[in-house]
Amino acid sequence: MKIGISSTGVAAESLADPRFGRCSHFAIYDTADGSYRFIDNSAQSASGGAGIAAAQQMIDEDVEVILTGNMGPNAFNVIKGSEIKVYRVGSVSVEKAVQLFKEAKLEAISEAGAAHFGMGQGRGGF
Amino acid sequence: MNLCVLSGKGGTGKTTVSVNLAVLLQANYYDCDVEEPNGFIFLKPGRVSAEDVTVDYPVIDNGKCTHCGLCAKACQYNALANTKKSVMLFPTLCHGCHACEIVCEPKAITYSRRPVGVVEQGDGYGVHCMRGVLNVGEHMAVPVIRELLKGLNPSKNNILDCAPGTSCNVVNTLRASDAALIVTEPTTFGLHDMSIAVELIKQMDIPFAVVVNKSRDDDTIIRRYCDDNGIALLGGIPYARKAAEAYSNGRLLSELPEYRQPYEQIADKLKEAFAWN
Repeated sequence: MKIGISSTGVAAESLADPRFGRCSHFAIYDTADGSYRFIDNSAQSASGGAGIAAAQQMIDEDVEVILTGNMGPNAFNVIKGSEIKVYRVGSVSVEKAVQLFKEAKLEAISEAGAAHFGMGQGRGGF
Repeated sequence: MNLCVLSGKGGTGKTTVSVNLAVLLQANYYDCDVEEPNGFIFLKPGRVSAEDVTVDYPVIDNGKCTHCGLCAKACQYNALANTKKSVMLFPTLCHGCHACEIVCEPKAITYSRRPVGVVEQGDGYGVHCMRGVLNVGEHMAVPVIRELLKGLNPSKNNILDCAPGTSCNVVNTLRASDAALIVTEPTTFGLHDMSIAVELIKQMDIPFAVVVNKSRDDDTIIRRYCDDNGIALLGGIPYARKAAEAYSNGRLLSELPEYRQPYEQIADKLKEAFAWN
């Protein structure tokens, strides 16, 4: 099974990114061999629909689980239409997030968070 | 003759200047700030009629769709997602470009139209008033602006009250314009955002001039910029609490005796500066 984690960097020690659509990278962890692969989030600088494009990237990578901080309504709708499960991670490293998931210590995200989360004051209703 | 009224910075007084000039010059008024049109508050047109503005969007035939994902890949605006069980459309992101329809091999995509706003018109103060209104939740104002500008009367003088900024909304209004009037205020922000608008207007090669709204005794910051850049400064509209109160009550400033003269001066200078019908 593959797990996609929104990441701030390209190492297992990198901090997980609380943003989904606008994170810089995704870590793809494979439970079969314990390997990590890091890919650019091609949606990071999209003018609109970043969450949708990021969700599409996760579907195309065949992940079954996503670990992220927050997922906006559009991305959430795309994910809901697939069979991917989403879990919330806090301010921890990518490898710690995977470990917490394996220990079943992460909460499933069952509803969308605010749109434009993490895009600065005044953009997301904060 | 189409005169575009723009500012760069928001809140400098585009609508205030536009509606007062429209009444003084008896020109047609077009509110092109379709995300927040407010000119009708002042001109109070009666018997307003409305027509829907519609845009293209793709309709996916799930019976024919093979979930190959080519449409989602082709979409430059992330309006389509392929969940492998279905293709989802996010209509407000769609620009109606038809790329998805072109790449769809099983021909599962056709196009239909959906409403995104309205164009309204009526008459007030002897002025023919039109405005575009973008529906709440829609992202793209340009289709509404374009539909509104189809109503420009080429044999009349038309005042086009622009959106703030220098976005596509402003560019599309400028494209329809023969001349531009920048409304600024004597502040650093006013100057900064005006200078961006000046760059845009110069690139589009449209003749333009400047007026200072909320003018104080010292407008040096704007005067110096206009002098240094050879830009015509047509006049200033004084800053006063009384003006703000009249504005807040939806009244035309040109009805106040002390504001009649500054507006008439600007209207006269506009007639000299540009080729009016």
